[in-house]
Amino acid sequence: MGAPDNERFRLDGVEVVRDGRLVLGPVTLSIAAPGPVVVAGPSGAGKSSLLRLLNRLDAPSAGSISYRGEDLSHTDPTAHRRRVAMVFQRPVVLPGSIADNLREADPRLDDAQVAAALDRVGLDPALADRDARNLSGGEAQRMCLARSLATEPEVVLFDEPTSSLDPTSALRIERLAASLDDHAITAIWVTHDLDQMRRLAAHVVVVIDGRIAQSGPAAEVLTDPCPAVAGFLDGGA
Amino acid sequence: MSGGISIAGVAASLLLILVAMAISRREGLGVEGSIAWAALRAALQLSVVGLGLGLVLANDAPLAWSWLWVAGMVLVGGITVARRVPTVTGLFTLTCAALSVAVVVSLSVVFLFGIFPMEPRTIVPVAGMLLGNAIGSTVLAARRTLVELDEHRDEIEVRLSLGQAGTAAARVHVREALRTAVTPQIEQTKIVGLVALPGTMTGLLLAGVAPKDAVLVQLAVMFLILGSVAITSVIVGRGVARRMVSADQRLVLPAPPA
Repeated sequence: MGAPDNERFRLDGVEVVRDGRLVLGPVTLSIAAPGPVVVAGPSGAGKSSLLRLLNRLDAPSAGSISYRGEDLSHTDPTAHRRRVAMVFQRPVVLPGSIADNLREADPRLDDAQVAAALDRVGLDPALADRDARNLSGGEAQRMCLARSLATEPEVVLFDEPTSSLDPTSALRIERLAASLDDHAITAIWVTHDLDQMRRLAAHVVVVIDGRIAQSGPAAEVLTDPCPAVAGFLDGGA
Repeated sequence: MSGGISIAGVAASLLLILVAMAISRREGLGVEGSIAWAALRAALQLSVVGLGLGLVLANDAPLAWSWLWVAGMVLVGGITVARRVPTVTGLFTLTCAALSVAVVVSLSVVFLFGIFPMEPRTIVPVAGMLLGNAIGSTVLAARRTLVELDEHRDEIEVRLSLGQAGTAAARVHVREALRTAVTPQIEQTKIVGLVALPGTMTGLLLAGVAPKDAVLVQLAVMFLILGSVAITSVIVGRGVARRMVSADQRLVLPAPPA
């Protein structure tokens, strides 16, 4: 289809208008593997709006989005969401046991697969039958990651997943995200935390006031930021 | 008939309206006008309905008039529900479809099994009882479905993000809304006769029908009502949920009314 092999998302003139107000765009952007790709910017800049478009939980008001060269408006949204998983800001625990939660992603998972999925995110497989509501915040978020990975995605979108977690739990989630590339999964991670961005990013997309202020390899953006991004990096944006 | 009542009798019952207005005035409730208007409106509406029913239920009236009357009730039901839940587009059509299904299913049981003979004086009142009760639960089903979807937006979006279709992602929450919608009718069926005598039975007793016969008619009507409430709630609850999921499987809830 003409897209580079490593390109995941391409956005062309994408806009999001909510209640008559332009909250994002126009955005023209290419997001490629490998990751992690960190989408950074001040609170309210439009980062989460951008991320939700990639999972198709929201639709753009204008412009087009393609995934691996396929226009998203022509693809099956449920199939797309299984290829592009999402971990939300707050861990959303569904009713039932931890195994029940994982089986929401794939009802055919057997006990051994559930155990392997929990082990992958550093949770004790013996917890599988425990009520998921009894997990701590950090454990719940790791379970949510395991649940998202159960669809065997190619990309995982993280929407500030550590904002409600203690620093130790946050670091564990970060390490898990960083390790996804070893499994050919591209992590796209939204944050307003500069330290987290520096720790995690291979590529950076900086969103300011609903527009892409700068994007590129992390080393490049961090060492040679444009004036708007320099202001954000200095904590002034 | 021993249950007959004169105009003077109705006028005497207006005394109670005056009592209600006096209470409102004395207690400073400020609803005297509303009480008077409600009484007047009820009198006008029922007079018009009575005149219409006189024509429809006349001995030589064709059966088609009764069915037209029922169709009219379905339309008014659709308008009522759509007005009470204005944020859902297409609710009028959905409600009319649901009420029609409930009427067809219930009246088929009534007439095919010979519970009542198929004639104007059974078609119109039985359909009226079914629809009157189904409309309340239909409004409840539509409203509760919206509330459940809104309150559990996070869970639904998680399920969507895992690749579930919109209707599957919303299913448990719609189920909860439907449970809430049919519960009042179930409770009413459970306590019937213990707290208050239901409308049909009261009417029959006042008209001089033997209590045993009144009970049998009331039981049949209550079972039909419960069935109709279940049918309309399920159709409307699910239909509303389907309207809250876009073609590309996103949750699209209406903005709350200003």
